[in-house]
Amino acid sequence: MKHETIMQVENLKVHFDVSSEGDMPWTKRKKLQAVNGVSFELKSGETLGIVGESGCGKSTLARAIISMVPVETGRVLWFGKDLLELQKVEMRKHRREIQMIFQDPLASLNPRMTIGEIIAEPLKTHYPKTSKADIKARVEDVMNKVGLLENLINRYPHEFSGGQCQRIGIARALILKPKLIICDEPVSALDVSIQAQVINLLMELQNEMGLTLIFIAHDLSIVKHISNKIMVLYLGNMVEMANSVDIYIEPLHPYTQALISAVPIPDPKIEKNKELILIEGDLPSPINPPSGCVFRTRCQKAQDICAKEKPSMNALKDDHMVACHFSG
Amino acid sequence: MIVANKNKIVKLAENLATDEQTLGRSLWDDARARFMRNKAAMISLVILALIVLFSFIGPYFAVWTYEQIDWNTMGSAATLGMPSIETGHYFGTDDLGRDIYSRVIQGTQISLMVGVVGATIAVVVGTLYGATSGYIGGRTDQIMMRIVDILMAIPFMFVLILLLVVFGRSIVMLFVGIGLLSWLDMSRIVRGQTLNIKNKEFIEAAQATGVSDYKIIMRHIVPNLLGIVAVYATLLIPGIIIAESFISFLGLGVQEPKTSWGALISEGAGTINYDTEWQLLVPLSFFIVTLFCIYFIGDGLRDALDPKER
Amino acid sequence: MSFLEVNNLSVEFNTADGIVRAVNNVSFTLDKGKILAIVGESGSGKSQTVFAMMGLLDQNGYATGSVRFEGEEILNLSISELNLIRSEKIAMIFQDPMTSLNPYMKVSEQMAEVLIHHKGLSKTEAIKQSITMLDAVQIPEPRNLIRMYPHEFSGGMRQRVMIAMSLLCNPKLLIADEPTTALDVTVQAQIMHLLSDIQKEFGTSIILITHDLGVVAGNSDKTLVMYGGQVMEVAKTELIYAKPTHPYTQGLISAVPRLDDNAEKLKTIQGNPPDAMLDPVGCPFSPRCKFSKNICSTQTPELLGAGENDHFRACHVAFEELL
Repeated sequence: MKHETIMQVENLKVHFDVSSEGDMPWTKRKKLQAVNGVSFELKSGETLGIVGESGCGKSTLARAIISMVPVETGRVLWFGKDLLELQKVEMRKHRREIQMIFQDPLASLNPRMTIGEIIAEPLKTHYPKTSKADIKARVEDVMNKVGLLENLINRYPHEFSGGQCQRIGIARALILKPKLIICDEPVSALDVSIQAQVINLLMELQNEMGLTLIFIAHDLSIVKHISNKIMVLYLGNMVEMANSVDIYIEPLHPYTQALISAVPIPDPKIEKNKELILIEGDLPSPINPPSGCVFRTRCQKAQDICAKEKPSMNALKDDHMVACHFSG
Repeated sequence: MIVANKNKIVKLAENLATDEQTLGRSLWDDARARFMRNKAAMISLVILALIVLFSFIGPYFAVWTYEQIDWNTMGSAATLGMPSIETGHYFGTDDLGRDIYSRVIQGTQISLMVGVVGATIAVVVGTLYGATSGYIGGRTDQIMMRIVDILMAIPFMFVLILLLVVFGRSIVMLFVGIGLLSWLDMSRIVRGQTLNIKNKEFIEAAQATGVSDYKIIMRHIVPNLLGIVAVYATLLIPGIIIAESFISFLGLGVQEPKTSWGALISEGAGTINYDTEWQLLVPLSFFIVTLFCIYFIGDGLRDALDPKER
Repeated sequence: MSFLEVNNLSVEFNTADGIVRAVNNVSFTLDKGKILAIVGESGSGKSQTVFAMMGLLDQNGYATGSVRFEGEEILNLSISELNLIRSEKIAMIFQDPMTSLNPYMKVSEQMAEVLIHHKGLSKTEAIKQSITMLDAVQIPEPRNLIRMYPHEFSGGMRQRVMIAMSLLCNPKLLIADEPTTALDVTVQAQIMHLLSDIQKEFGTSIILITHDLGVVAGNSDKTLVMYGGQVMEVAKTELIYAKPTHPYTQGLISAVPRLDDNAEKLKTIQGNPPDAMLDPVGCPFSPRCKFSKNICSTQTPELLGAGENDHFRACHVAFEELL
């Protein structure tokens, strides 16, 4: 079954100005390269997982796609239209189709509003003429979908547990029947047993409503479970992209290999006999990233060429791309 | 949908009693409950309410008006002007033979009104200014705050006195003057709090949904500011009352025969050598008791709304 | 006589909303030189258990029961007696390396403080030993880095500094409370590898508290599973994973997504974590347990032997019925 491409991101770069001590108002600011040239394609109904550790730029990338942070260069084509070129008013219309759920379940809900009001807000914002009765019906409908009892509609966020708060966030994202939901670390703040509930819920909803998901997390086990294809980021750069099976069986980039080896598997026999690939050193500063390949300062395979030439993403197989001079 | 249904069953078990839409326990309800547990604050609230009530009902028990002169006691306040029930001068008279009871009521009305109106102006203007500045951020925020800085640098009393001298003494002038200057602090506090709230994820969520900036400020930021605003407003009122009292003490406040606590205290202070303590003590006690009450209430509010308890 | 013996440890807190029982009758032992992992989700009481042992409970908390370390009772000692044990015999490292180190003091000062206070060393000697320890935890250029402030270090480095600090007085027992939760997974691997090296080199016993079943699998000899303030199951790590005998343990292990597994759907544990405010009656897991019977909600199950030595479970439902 051929799914259409709904989003195409081309060479997205997000650079932030940073001021250091002793800067005058006219000093040229240094640039923090949060996202440095990310490109990918998203097909309808699939789940793209984005993994990386702190400082890799995944959260910034998520926000850049929906124009919530200023973008340096690049295009984000949504059904062919570049979202970054749109005026605020025009972009607003597309926000109906792309929704987001956040990491901290409680913090993403306004503590002064009832959950009914919170879930209804997107509906009231985009379709202000909807009648009260209609609004209530749709809120209740979506609450049912995420497994929240309807009679909780007048409760306040702090009266709920973390997992329930996240369900409220998901309900809010679903009420406009979007095409794409960007999930920014949606289960990282939840207990293990609750994580599983929320992940299963997301996958069911995806099936039921034909959603496309971008799933961002640092936990590779979770990302692999829910995603069709996975993108690995390091210091704002893409290092590898493959389907979720290949990324585990055949990681090609040294960073991906180290990442996979570092992920603990809940099985003592495997863990105690594992050959750990340890990366030395610390993450370089994103203000002054290493020349050429950004991973070279910690890579065991690094050679001269890595400092001179930045590797671009090479497609080795149909759906397996790697940015390394020595892979394949 | 097995997971969702299982959840439903568990939830149903927990919510056995009703199927109706139970009202939630909002954060305001929580805060109110905590406030009511604070004895000092509750007692202060009652006393303050009594004082306010007094200023409304008091006049019905008055024998004399606030400007009426009792020729009998004029000039001999020390001997004949003492507080007594028979003469109708419950709190005694001042040197001109005017009834202090009524004058204190008058003063209470004026002082409280100045305090409340001043605080209201401060709250409304300060909150909107600070929230907008904080939310918009960037250069606009810088400019708006620099304006506040400049205005704050101007000596408050000096300007107020200047205004009163140039435009004449009147209650309106007092309100304008105090109002013009009391919102500055509030805007700074609100801006700080806005910066804090702005970074919270529910604001991001609203932006991602496409809610307009105006709605974000009014629906998401301001309600979450009200806690801090309420606390600082109650602490602002005493400051305004003291400012007004100081002005009146200097003789530049409300016009005679209208009076305020400050004016009364000023007059009373001037005659303490003449055995007419009540002229000072009565307005002074009202002044002190009211301020203490407001401080305790403000304290109570702050404790009740403490974010740590949320 | 075990190296560490905890018996019927309970911790209660006096809060404005009533008494909260965070830990309810917890018992376990630890042999010298071994690593015990305490696993649990939020509200399981795992952190409060060790805080009680170290005398670190909040003002409104109090502990009952017995904690015998090398034969001596250490629960509810006075501050001065506790200070003789802290750092020197039992050391602790915490979850958030950001807040565990004083941001206003150089690392050298913070580390030297420990040695000066506990071993009476001079400042120069203390710093010298600190540098040696920083080297042991693989901090590059320790001589230079020790003069820096905590905020100039990365999260992983800060945690190494914490580990170094805790080992300065060569304690016999190291308690690590979620030491890698706030760290990236590659850094986590480094830190756990370091802890394992240290354990082999110094023979330190370790209590590792975490919610990450993967970390437990690779880094512990014995695993203790807690829920709602009580012990659910305790056994050798290999056994807990190969043959979990408690519904909660079973549920937990199947709810964790595995990198090497391609299952379509995760098996979940329904319901929500327990409300610590409610009085504990019966088994805390019973509201969420597939197998719960009437007795489970009325009577707290005792920790009883389950087959092999050292394998205990607290459950009314016989193991055979769980299969």
